[in-house]
Amino acid sequence: MRHLLSISDLTKVEAISILDTATELSRVSDGAVKKLPTLRGRTIVNLFAEDSTRTRISFEAAAKRLSADVINFSAKGSSLSKGESLKDTAMTLQAMGADAVVIRHSASGAAQRLADSQWMSGSVVNAGDGTHEHPSQALLDAFTIRKHLGMGRSDLSGINVAIVGDILHSRVARSNVLLLSMLGAKVTLVAPPTLLPVGIGNWPVTISYDLDSVIPHVDVVMMLRVQQERMSDLFFPNAREYSRYFGLNADRMARMKSGAIVMHPGPMNRGLEISAEVADSARSVITEQVANGVSVRMAILYVLLAGGALEVGGN
Amino acid sequence: MSVALSAQEITRALTRISHEILEKNQGSSNIVLLGIPTRGAHLATRINSIIATIEGAEVPTGTLDITLFRDDLRMRPPRAIMSTKIPTSGIEGKDVILVDDVLYSGRTIRAALDALGEIGRPRTVQLASLVDRGHRELPIKADFVGKNLPTAKTQSVKVFLSEIDGRDEVTIEEGGE
Amino acid sequence: MSTVDYLIKNVSLPDGIKTDLAICDGLITSISKNFKGEAQTIIEAQDCVVLPGLVDLHTHLREPGREDAETVLSGSRAGAKGGFTAVSAMANTSPVADTAGVVEQVYRLGQEAGLLDVFPIGAVTQGLKGESLSEMGAMADSVARVRIFSDDGNCVSDPLVMRRALEYIKKFGGVIAQHAQDPRMTMGSQMNEGEVSARLGLKGWPAVAEESIIARDVLLADHVKSRLHICHLTTAGGVEIIRWAKARGIDVTAEVTPHHLLLTDDLATSYDPVFKVNPPLRTESDVHALREALADGTIDIVATDHAPHPTEAKECEWQEAAFGMLGLETALSIVQKTMIDTGLMNWSQVADRMSIAPARIGGYSEHGQPLVVGGIANLVVVNPKKTWTVDRDLVLSRSSNTPYHGHELPGVITHTFFKGRASVLNGSIMPLGSL
Repeated sequence: MRHLLSISDLTKVEAISILDTATELSRVSDGAVKKLPTLRGRTIVNLFAEDSTRTRISFEAAAKRLSADVINFSAKGSSLSKGESLKDTAMTLQAMGADAVVIRHSASGAAQRLADSQWMSGSVVNAGDGTHEHPSQALLDAFTIRKHLGMGRSDLSGINVAIVGDILHSRVARSNVLLLSMLGAKVTLVAPPTLLPVGIGNWPVTISYDLDSVIPHVDVVMMLRVQQERMSDLFFPNAREYSRYFGLNADRMARMKSGAIVMHPGPMNRGLEISAEVADSARSVITEQVANGVSVRMAILYVLLAGGALEVGGN
Repeated sequence: MSVALSAQEITRALTRISHEILEKNQGSSNIVLLGIPTRGAHLATRINSIIATIEGAEVPTGTLDITLFRDDLRMRPPRAIMSTKIPTSGIEGKDVILVDDVLYSGRTIRAALDALGEIGRPRTVQLASLVDRGHRELPIKADFVGKNLPTAKTQSVKVFLSEIDGRDEVTIEEGGE
Repeated sequence: MSTVDYLIKNVSLPDGIKTDLAICDGLITSISKNFKGEAQTIIEAQDCVVLPGLVDLHTHLREPGREDAETVLSGSRAGAKGGFTAVSAMANTSPVADTAGVVEQVYRLGQEAGLLDVFPIGAVTQGLKGESLSEMGAMADSVARVRIFSDDGNCVSDPLVMRRALEYIKKFGGVIAQHAQDPRMTMGSQMNEGEVSARLGLKGWPAVAEESIIARDVLLADHVKSRLHICHLTTAGGVEIIRWAKARGIDVTAEVTPHHLLLTDDLATSYDPVFKVNPPLRTESDVHALREALADGTIDIVATDHAPHPTEAKECEWQEAAFGMLGLETALSIVQKTMIDTGLMNWSQVADRMSIAPARIGGYSEHGQPLVVGGIANLVVVNPKKTWTVDRDLVLSRSSNTPYHGHELPGVITHTFFKGRASVLNGSIMPLGSL
């Protein structure tokens, strides 16, 4: 595996091996060892053409725990915000000797453009491209679900997951639909019809417009961030109505299965898609998702960078 | 292919190593056994049970995966990370016996020493290896050796253990890795 | 008997009859096996078909304003290479072709290049803004004799502006070529809305945004009894509306691009913006509907929508990239591949859809004429049995954004004759000033 651009780049076996590697790495980082020499001498560039402090910090922590050199290249203060093309940026990174580029970009497909072009030779990790995919988030979500509900299984078979909210604009949802269903989970998308993409008839999911009917049957409720500006684009009447039908509040949480968990990729709009009591409840694994993010991203960097070019694919 | 150690010889070698460990460390009270996965971990378990038979008590036994500390990662396809389990008693001030199946270049043991250094500061670190096949690339020497096997670099030494391979045997094959 | 300029031997006419065809002093002087005279140049055309020179009603030549992407000269060379003897230059230049001055400049540049006729298209509204009508009368009366008006690139979306434009052009027998795209419904749209856009997270461009404008405009054209031409139809639904309108006797014509006859939206999966085009590539079933409609005449013509863009406009993220792809040099090959080689059409129909019908719609009287003795020798000779491989580095266009790079295509154009002179001879464009 040279790049991680989309969950569709992974086989089930590869996805599980990333989760297993993350499990071992989380033991390492839980214990006395804070720093591993594994990627010593490797240079990883965090190319963040779109603001995302948490994802950048997570990748940075992951890279540093593996002793890689990290260069942060953020939109603000970088030439990307001054109209420099992705191509010129990539060629600059190539000249700096980047072994891997972790890219966050507002354009869907930007990571793939970087990987497919001849502009640079390093590995590309998609840290969120437009409204396309966010594979490392899906992997950490799957990791978190498996840890809580996997009962020792390597996959997620038999687990019911509801993904609730703005599916149309969500890269987290796209990656999770692919990954969770590949791992055997049953995924239900819950959203107002305006926020479901046209053309998802062949997605391996069930569609519902009614959160209340879904809530009692699922093991995981994954809430998505709803951006306020969607209101002006007529996707829903106002925040109050959205919240009434698609928000996760204490009443709805009370009707969840025992043992069911609440997830959110962050940042949350407390009071809009999720109430404060839910976010801070015992069912919420939201802060744990953040912690798991580091282990999963270490595993991704390990799988992409620790092996040499020789014999890749030989195993 | 020729058989270098039979099942019986492996058992004898491990028994002798166990005795030597106890002798050198004046008993088992301060010992921690750490096997290097995969086969070293099983050998450490076997040594532990032999020691238990001799001394009447088990010693703290764990595993130490050194994958993340290897210096040859770039020359190989990515490897799966194995389990590291440090006994709850820890390694601080202990006499740590690293257990591996084959001692060859010494690079695995160098990585193991690095890994140990991240975890704590043992009083001593000693090395037990079922087979020493020579061709060291680093100044590393085993304290306890099951059998010294003079080999050519072109040959490969294979250790089979009943826990994973269904039988106990060490073989030398022509044309190796 | 005097010596003719060219004698094309053993060539097939569009209807399949084999003959020899002589060209002299700009005219077809003989179509007969029995031609006995001398010729300065004899062309052996054993496997070839001769068609009236191709006419494109939809070309972006980019001059004035974006001479880094294309010029009238470079576009003329690309056109001639593709078998065209007339192209219509779209109005979305800089400045916009919304005055007699600009259209006359473009017309003259075409005459100076001398490889084919460049007929400017005038803007419907000033600055393509969709608000007030441009001086269409002055453009019609100019040297350029503009008859086609279009805001292409933009849709004339305001229904009142569209109604007035349709009414006004009746004064001089014009036609409005509508780029059918509801602007509200396609704000920020990147590709066909459907299965692929859902997966790729690219903003969808629904078929209905095109079809609703077509439906409105055929009703408007009916109401004011004027002529409407629909640019680059892409959807099966649009085909149905045109079919309905024609059955009602509405004076509407429609075009399809070669790329919409072949390519589909799943090509966006690569995120390579060379496949980003307006209107977007649609689905397999749309492609089949378009082919059928072209074959049965519901769609009247093929037009290239040749849209050159400089490298930097395509070497970037999909959503940052410009819309459009090259078309002139590959058009006939794509039509052969999609319509002839599939058995949907014959060469007579290709002559109609790519020459006769577009010349009729544009009022280009020297083009698109059936091949007859005494006719103006605007001709293209194509060898349908040969194939060629598209190389974006070898195109004559100044830009290289062809979606067919590396594709092996059928149909090699061996000769193009513009007013009796070879603009392309044995597959090579004639050097400047040689005509």
